[in-house]
Amino acid sequence: MTRPVIPQANLDTKPFWDGCAEGKLLLQRCSGCRAYRHPPAPICPNCLSEDHDWVPASGRGAVYTFVVVREARAKGWDKMVPYVLAVVELEEGPRMLTNLANVAPEKVAIGMPVEVAFAALDGTTQLPLFQPRQVAP
Amino acid sequence: MSNIRGKYAIVGVGESDLGRHLGRSGMALQLEAVTRALTDAGLDKTAIDGLVTRPSHGNPQFNYSAVLAGRLGIAPSYFTDVALSGAASAAMIVEAVAALEAGLCTTVLCVGGDAQTSRSGPRRGGLTNWIEDFEHPFGMLGAPESYGLAARRHMHEYGTTSAQFGAVAVACRKHACLNPTATFRTPITLADHQASRFVAEPFRLLDCCPVTDGAAALIITSTERARDLAQAPVYVLGLGQGFSHAELPYATSMTTVAMKSASQRAYAMAGLGPKDIDVAQLYDCFTYVVLLTLEDYGFCAKGEGGAFVEGGRIELGGALPVNTGGGLLSHGHAGGALLVSEAAIQMRGTAGERQARGAETAIISGQCAVTGINVCLIFGKEPN
Repeated sequence: MTRPVIPQANLDTKPFWDGCAEGKLLLQRCSGCRAYRHPPAPICPNCLSEDHDWVPASGRGAVYTFVVVREARAKGWDKMVPYVLAVVELEEGPRMLTNLANVAPEKVAIGMPVEVAFAALDGTTQLPLFQPRQVAP
Repeated sequence: MSNIRGKYAIVGVGESDLGRHLGRSGMALQLEAVTRALTDAGLDKTAIDGLVTRPSHGNPQFNYSAVLAGRLGIAPSYFTDVALSGAASAAMIVEAVAALEAGLCTTVLCVGGDAQTSRSGPRRGGLTNWIEDFEHPFGMLGAPESYGLAARRHMHEYGTTSAQFGAVAVACRKHACLNPTATFRTPITLADHQASRFVAEPFRLLDCCPVTDGAAALIITSTERARDLAQAPVYVLGLGQGFSHAELPYATSMTTVAMKSASQRAYAMAGLGPKDIDVAQLYDCFTYVVLLTLEDYGFCAKGEGGAFVEGGRIELGGALPVNTGGGLLSHGHAGGALLVSEAAIQMRGTAGERQARGAETAIISGQCAVTGINVCLIFGKEPN
């Protein structure tokens, strides 16, 4: 899937994107107060500690809200529409902005269980998307 | 001029690591300076209720002070960006002292700094700022998508409908038809709204304010001086600022926001409440934002904004005329400047066909960052 925009890591975000490249969804966790945070940031918004670990997330969550983008807003996105822009609430707590894959836009609902599904953007970059998850009855 | 000599003092100082090609964003360096200043002052971050920033030029970022507040986990009652290049760092002290003198806050954090040698290449994200990396690649490219996420959540939590959004579009257009300077003056019906195509579902075309050109300016002076000038004065009765989030996806709540704290500060200063307001000029980049503002400003209970805007209640002649000039949706965008000028015209009583009869108080909203950054003003025909 070709996208006109590709993330470029900096010192704060490199571990996240490196994790994605290896098929792992990593979350920053403060070493001071143990709070998870996303997107990555140099200090903890809870206790201001700079110390943190990168912890593998379960990759599971639920749709918190979503929009079905039907009109391309910038050059290069016309081949992408319609697409589902979603906010997923992860089991660990933080929310993540993402796209939903492998589901028709009209089937998407708030609360729908989802799991991470990585999509290659180029040779080195993987984007964390989410897809519907089967929940045991 | 009030004499502020010796009235305010610097109580904490912090500097970040310095160098060239540090590989860190300007904001990361500013945050480092901030934590060191707090430590130096022996203050907890919760003591900071004022925030004045000089945005990093090397790493441009909208709403810089608010994004920084989010990264610090604070909710200041006064915050602003000072964009005066090399003069900004000194000008920030001017802003801080003015805000302290006005009683808008008690303890102000000023921070500037940059990462000019660590700019990123042509690709989005990276060192420009760390928000874009987590938005643009997913196709969150602008306002319809991001406000749409919030609107969808409101529909889910409170059963708000697209037709209720439509009632806002219809009211604004109806008022614009009475306003000779409005940009969009072709009447629309609720059926037209419902038939307009989805842009970023749940938003239809007629939920979105078109981008237009235009400007408005105001001149403010003392009440004393105003008496000698040509026009009937319009009095500033109250004002308040509020911050809840700079990045909507991670907001604590998407449906109760700092419109609430901003309006409460303005009401307290004015000694007025929602029941005392005669006309409202509410930032309507999208229809949804109006009904959210009506809730958080206390004109109806949380979740009842959709019902409130129905049945002509926000039209001229209704209980609370909203956006009497047509709002951003139909009067013109102008960054919200026309909402403020329209409020002043309504208080003068010179709005012609679109004059709200007997209106003596007006409330005005400014907002950005998908409802997280808010300013509320209250104007009056009389000074008290």
